[in-house]
Amino acid sequence: MTARGVTKAFGGVRALDSVDFEADWGEVHALLGENGAGKTTLCNILAGIYRADSGDIAVGGARRELRNPAQAIEAGIGMVHQHFRLVEPMTVAENIHLGWPETPGVVTQRALIDRTRRFMDEIGLHVDPTAKIWQLSVGEQQRVEILRVLARGARVLILDEPTAVLTAPEAEDLFKVMRSLAAAGLTVIFISHKLNEVLEVSDRLTVLRNGVREITRPSAGATAQELARLMTGEERELEVEHRVVTGEASLDLRGVSARNDRGIGALHEVDLTVRAGEIMGIAGVSGNGQTELAEVICSLRPAQSGSITLNGTDITDFSVRAIANMGVGHIPEDRIGVGMVLSAPVKDNAVLHNYWTGEFSRGVSLDRARVISFAKRLVELARVQTRSVFAAAGQLSGGNQQRLVARREALVGDRALVAAHPTRGLDVNAAQEVRATILEKRDHGCAVLMISDDLDEIMLMSDRIAVMYEGRVMGVFDAADADRERIGLLMGGHEPALAAAP
Amino acid sequence: MISAQVLALIDNAFLSLVGSAIPASTVVLLAATGAMLGERVGVLNLGQEGLIGVGAVYAVIAVLSWGITSPWLALLIGMAAAALAGLIFAVAVVVFRANQVLVGLALALGGVGLSNQLGTNRNGTPIQNTFQEVSLGGSFEDGSVLEAFLFHDPIVYLAYIAMPVALWFLLFRTRHGMNMRAVGENPAAADAVGVSVMRSRLGYTVLGAALSGAGGAYMVLSFTPTWSPDIARGRGWVALAVVIFAGWRPGWVVAGALLYGSMISLDTTAQARGWELPFFGPSDLSFFLSMLPYVVTLIAILIPAGAAKIGRRVRATAAPGALAIPYWREER
Repeated sequence: MTARGVTKAFGGVRALDSVDFEADWGEVHALLGENGAGKTTLCNILAGIYRADSGDIAVGGARRELRNPAQAIEAGIGMVHQHFRLVEPMTVAENIHLGWPETPGVVTQRALIDRTRRFMDEIGLHVDPTAKIWQLSVGEQQRVEILRVLARGARVLILDEPTAVLTAPEAEDLFKVMRSLAAAGLTVIFISHKLNEVLEVSDRLTVLRNGVREITRPSAGATAQELARLMTGEERELEVEHRVVTGEASLDLRGVSARNDRGIGALHEVDLTVRAGEIMGIAGVSGNGQTELAEVICSLRPAQSGSITLNGTDITDFSVRAIANMGVGHIPEDRIGVGMVLSAPVKDNAVLHNYWTGEFSRGVSLDRARVISFAKRLVELARVQTRSVFAAAGQLSGGNQQRLVARREALVGDRALVAAHPTRGLDVNAAQEVRATILEKRDHGCAVLMISDDLDEIMLMSDRIAVMYEGRVMGVFDAADADRERIGLLMGGHEPALAAAP
Repeated sequence: MISAQVLALIDNAFLSLVGSAIPASTVVLLAATGAMLGERVGVLNLGQEGLIGVGAVYAVIAVLSWGITSPWLALLIGMAAAALAGLIFAVAVVVFRANQVLVGLALALGGVGLSNQLGTNRNGTPIQNTFQEVSLGGSFEDGSVLEAFLFHDPIVYLAYIAMPVALWFLLFRTRHGMNMRAVGENPAAADAVGVSVMRSRLGYTVLGAALSGAGGAYMVLSFTPTWSPDIARGRGWVALAVVIFAGWRPGWVVAGALLYGSMISLDTTAQARGWELPFFGPSDLSFFLSMLPYVVTLIAILIPAGAAKIGRRVRATAAPGALAIPYWREER
């Protein structure tokens, strides 16, 4: 499959600039790049979802016109999106046959299930065809998507960030599937920005940057550093000096337990101390209580037992607002749902915490001029790119939203800052800016609790590291003697033999 | 032997109830099926009360002013009028993505108002060419069990037997029906595999409105058979309740419509026989009975919710996932 000179612009901005791309039969081809580099745009053009402004696409040597997904399927190109398009209350068999002209006009569950079993045997991928989608794990749902595309005769399979939603063992299974499909002669194209998995699974790789192809090369022999440089185009290493801080605890948790949304225990007797002027990194695989930890500190979730103190004051049962007033900032994991009001203008989002204080209001009325001038200052400080402070927050790009929230919370958090996955989903440059903001807070004597499932980020930023597993703190290390392997084992719930020995 | 006498009495009351409940429930059944069709593709049409009115008044106009003598043709005209009203609704909520609840309420109020206005000069004028009852097998004595079940007009047979079977087959045994259900559950998923969300939503909303209009036309062409103001008398709202009670399944809609139709007939029977509510009086019984359909609906909604509370999942009766939610393809 080859693409020549593909160009696509959105509203005057070039997303792809005359990109050449080719993938061979029987290979796993990785497509690498930062957010906005054009990976997804290129794949959407191949899958017939967007139309290229110019350029040719050929499959098996024959030039193809791809105006819609149906034509792409006809040409043998199928795509599995990052967000699944499955109908939850329907069965696997029904989902595979949805909207497919080859589905018989009159159908029974049994006929659909039989057909589905046949496809599964042919393709060599298995999911219970009678199960309803909502009963399946994410990994199984992804398999249904892949089956649906392959059953329709796709010879080129495109996977958009397939591992973003998978657990590590599920990702391993997926890699096996990708390899076996390639071994059967199909072309597998997968989008990723995780360098390690690209090097692990792909035969060749293509790096895109700012809509331009940087390189296509065999994966063997490539190094992560080299690829990172190609993706970002420049070497931008953040120099972080780790500190050893002694002295009084600023944020102190003693025996804190809490439940998750389903009412099951998520935190068990957590003891944790964060001192003023240090970054305490929380390492762990997502879903081991980190989210609940951040919420309990900010009072968004009640503690079942235990106490939380800030500079000696017990804040366990304080209201959300009282805790913010004490000087605790919170960069939430879900910045769109929790961090801001998307339909409200940037200026209102800038003062969400303190619009009611004397600084911004007189009696019941808001002081518009002050709100606007504050918002302008915040936008400048956070380097948010926006038309004006009157634009709706929802119109900002993800990176700009995150910069705005991070800076706002940094201003609120004089004493402590809780940062949950502060750089998740950001490209390298935006991530560096958010990290710089957090480091600046630390240097001003703020106690920072930083949660991330990216161990590299934890190792880079933290002065001390706590590892969480199943709602418990497995161990706390100074940055100086933090050992990657040991932390990795603790994250997986393994008590390393080293630790057990005297 | 008390039993024979008591049985005869029960039998008698039961038969008169069934005999009147079946045709009385037909209106609710047609409107509920129409509403269910729309809801299956994700469009909530609260305008049933108005659609029944529009269907009824145009059937009356067709007969009294345009000189249509065939009840079938009058029925089709009533359906077409309601379909047109449904098309306006559908364009507003599907193409322009207006709020379905607000536009639906406007259709309910507007449809009732329009039909009352058009019907003013025709109040109480009897309609001569009505649907005639036909036997579904042999002849029987007056007041027998067989008569109560097997002696009705053709619309009753169509609505109770042909329509539910056909719709069940369409929804659960055809590729088209599967795609249709997907549109109601997750339009983005349906769109991604090439099902036209807009076409199914427009089509089934309009078809559903036509069925609701058929319910109204049936009222004046068989059941009442004359125009009177506010002709639907809450049957449109009851129909919406039936859809929920039935869990969006065609067969259950029949059962629900019969149950709810019986409650309405019970009111008439009770008044005719002078039944009273203990401690209250005859008029209170009437109020109580007209309240009953909604109380039953509330209970029907609370049963799955209660089951979920004690840890059982009752998914079969859950509403379509995208009910009343407009859809547009996310574009960059």
